[in-house]
Amino acid sequence: MGSGHGTELNLTLKVWRQKNTKATGSFETHQLSGISTDMSFLEMFDVLNEKLISEGKEAIAFDHDCREGICGMCSMYINGRPHGPKQGVTTCQLHMRSFKNGDTIVVEPWRSAAFPVIKDLAVDRSAFDRIIASGGYISVNTGNAQDANNILIPKTDADEAFGAAACIGCGACVAACKNSSAMLFVSAKVSQLALLPQGQVERKERVKKMVAAMDEEGFGNCTNTGACEAECPKGISLENIARMNRELMGATFK
Amino acid sequence: MSKGFLKSSIGKKFVMGLTGLFLISFLVVHCFINCLIFFNDGGLTFNIGADFMAHNWLIRAGELVLFFGLIVHIVQALLLTLENKKARPVGYAKIDGAANSSWYSRSMGLLGTLLLMFLIIHLVHFWVKSRFTGLSGEDANGNENLYAVMQETFKMAWVVVLYALSMISLAYHLLHGFQSAFQTLGLNHKVYTPIIKKAGIAFSILIPFIFALMPILMFFGVIK
Repeated sequence: MGSGHGTELNLTLKVWRQKNTKATGSFETHQLSGISTDMSFLEMFDVLNEKLISEGKEAIAFDHDCREGICGMCSMYINGRPHGPKQGVTTCQLHMRSFKNGDTIVVEPWRSAAFPVIKDLAVDRSAFDRIIASGGYISVNTGNAQDANNILIPKTDADEAFGAAACIGCGACVAACKNSSAMLFVSAKVSQLALLPQGQVERKERVKKMVAAMDEEGFGNCTNTGACEAECPKGISLENIARMNRELMGATFK
Repeated sequence: MSKGFLKSSIGKKFVMGLTGLFLISFLVVHCFINCLIFFNDGGLTFNIGADFMAHNWLIRAGELVLFFGLIVHIVQALLLTLENKKARPVGYAKIDGAANSSWYSRSMGLLGTLLLMFLIIHLVHFWVKSRFTGLSGEDANGNENLYAVMQETFKMAWVVVLYALSMISLAYHLLHGFQSAFQTLGLNHKVYTPIIKKAGIAFSILIPFIFALMPILMFFGVIK
């Protein structure tokens, strides 16, 4: 190994293959040898795909973009957990040193009626986009940016808003939830604006519209198991869900 | 608008939380009255309480509300479970649930079903006799002798085992349900939530433990 401290793994990979949204799909087993522990999980998939292509087979479709944990594209359900065995990381931030030689790794797409499989491991998360479009925005005047301290915001509010805004919309919350609920995602998007002065204009309408859009998309209902919070790569807190519940009550019974 | 709220996913869990807390409040009353058997006076004090509960019209009206709350809690849970099943038509081949949540938080439906089965047996044991078919005799104070029914029922070993096991189901159901209800009602606070969680754990262990103690102590003749 070039880095000097890496070792090599022999792995059995069970990967979900599905031709298109309507196809049934099934698992395909691949043997991989000489996988460096320094590789990211996605690099391991790149190696597998190169092997498949050289053998004249079709490469496995999977989503990825930034490969630095900020885009939220790499939706893989690995060995029974979204983004694999580590907490607070996306799949691209997961490294092969988290696995042992001889391991069997099961890789599945996000499973949710609201996230239809496009192909293999790639799912369509545009349901999230439609929820955002329904109310996850603010009205601002165009023109020059305001002076930084023109609008005073309490530090605690700024911190909580920032915490909520860390959501990258990856969908791990939906994938982890036994009910496929999108509450953590929607609550983060409601919270980041409800906490700030700029978000007050549409505050009440926003939560109503976004919850209605969420329900429309066919996500399940929250039962407070907390799996979403535990699996969120950005550490979005369950407090956001409680806040969204309050926001909806406040908007309904004003 | 409030109609729309109750139909939303948040409104539905709001109903679960509210009815859950209401049923929890009932447990407190039920447990308190049953604790009167610990006077160990042949059930004289307990029968005063039981007689009052059976004949006070306000309590009887409250009983109707209680059944209504219970039915809403059950029906809503069934509807939500069906919706949630629909939200994931293709399941995972491998799930590591223990990595991110407690088994009992994921098994509320199963625990609730066990509790419902227990409840039906429990109602047949006591409530039906007390309210409809009538009790056989009166105690020294002239109160209906529900205590005698307890003594008869808890002579049977299988009943005692069933009751004790059911209280374990209740404990786990409460362990998730108690703190979960507050979260649902939007009561999540940096200072108070840890207190609510600790209180919830204490409540979830204490109440089922006291309930389980009753048939066990009567079976072994500690309470006569």
